[in-house]
Amino acid sequence: MKKTSLHAIHAGLGARMVEFGGWSMPVQYRSILEEAKTVRTRSGLFDLGHMGRFRVTGKDAVALVDRVATNHVARIPVGAIRYSLFCNESGYPLDDLLVYRDEDAVFLVVNASNTRQDLDWIRSHANGLDAAVEDLTDATAMLALQGPASQEILQGLVDGCDLASIKYYRFGFGSLCGMEHIRFSRTGYTGEDGFEVYFPTTEGPRVWNELATAGRAHGLEPIGLGARDTLRLEAGMALYGHEIDLEHDPWEAGLAFGIALTPEKGDFVGRTALERLKANPRRRLVGITSPGPRVPRQGMTLYAGDEEVGHVVSGGVSPTLDTNIGSAYVVLGQDTPGRELELDIRGKRQPCAVRELPFYSRTRKKKTT
Amino acid sequence: MRPNDRKYTKSHEWVKISGDTAIVGITDFAVQELCSGNEGDLVYCDLPEPGRTLEAGETFGEIESVKAVADLNTPVAGTVAEVNVAIEEHLEILSKDPFQEGWMIKLSPKPKNLDELDLLDAAGYEEHLSAEKH
Repeated sequence: MKKTSLHAIHAGLGARMVEFGGWSMPVQYRSILEEAKTVRTRSGLFDLGHMGRFRVTGKDAVALVDRVATNHVARIPVGAIRYSLFCNESGYPLDDLLVYRDEDAVFLVVNASNTRQDLDWIRSHANGLDAAVEDLTDATAMLALQGPASQEILQGLVDGCDLASIKYYRFGFGSLCGMEHIRFSRTGYTGEDGFEVYFPTTEGPRVWNELATAGRAHGLEPIGLGARDTLRLEAGMALYGHEIDLEHDPWEAGLAFGIALTPEKGDFVGRTALERLKANPRRRLVGITSPGPRVPRQGMTLYAGDEEVGHVVSGGVSPTLDTNIGSAYVVLGQDTPGRELELDIRGKRQPCAVRELPFYSRTRKKKTT
Repeated sequence: MRPNDRKYTKSHEWVKISGDTAIVGITDFAVQELCSGNEGDLVYCDLPEPGRTLEAGETFGEIESVKAVADLNTPVAGTVAEVNVAIEEHLEILSKDPFQEGWMIKLSPKPKNLDELDLLDAAGYEEHLSAEKH
């Protein structure tokens, strides 16, 4: 099992470690529910060293990524980030990823469990192009700072970059803890404002400790993968292996925003199949809430009376909504928000109701208050 | 050291003879695995109805935390004579006192002799835990 540069720090903090995507990662340092609340109200520090990180270079770097990714990379402005998918020829997702458009390269962040496969996949489509894919996963550390106090905490350790000027899904460069030309990305997987930063692996512990110290006055706490999962589910963000896999097409997963079928995008792996799938929707990803006592879990079946109408792909306890939540694929016609369905939990039925995703939106909340 | 008046399974249940029944529960380690010391992270415990007959090793219930669901398996056979229903409403009992107040079910008739069954004593369970951690 692989270890990030922060493994000893997690152990020292008493984290409970689990295997995730081939890495030993902290699932929690304290209560998962408390950790999730910390991110919603203050700020949380995440070790994301397990995420796969690639740099694509060469004069055809953009063209190569456009061949395998569903979004239109050539149209991404330099300094911006877009969500995208790698699909197979049948139009089903092999992975989802973030695409960063640098001046002279494309930077990709993929899921830990798919890193090796993605690398091979991109390289296998490079024939005839002047482009090379470099795996930076082991050479770099990746940390996320998420929550309302994140910008203020991080800015204290940054020089030469005004973080306030970086918009959502944009990135900039500056110095971090004395290191030059560090990437600061206003992205995250929690539904909160925050940043993701990338820097040399060897500096991992020093930067973690400096952030932890700088954040103390703001209530910053380390956050594990358990709360990260809760937060992303509340925010309606898809997770590979749950909402996204080879059994569900990207349209029914609600990921149209990551797919460009414009004429300018041109051909790419899976395009023809994606066009066909788009014309034949059968089901859709929705949220469900259930008063309990049981928590919806991946694999549970949903019923409307005796009729099987869907299945759960993610579930958890939501501290923000104070109820049990899940995401589920439900056949069209049964997917109306408010519709009452039943969860089958080993033969016992428990009521639940269809909700529109996301359960939680920071910006939407601001508009109504 | 955990109580030596009972036997343990590798799946972290315990069984103890008391009067005419066998009492079954789960260990502090099992509770810790589920909720990592945060009793608020335990969300649900499903126990059987009295009268149900169980084979040794059979699943008699489920316990659920924020992050996982685990089966509850009985180390010995018997018919459920009594259920600790207090647990279902007060899951914190399990983290506070899994070996006494946190008992789960009583089975009858009691097994003749726990020592004849393929179960671990407290020292053996301790050894199993340290092996599992490595």
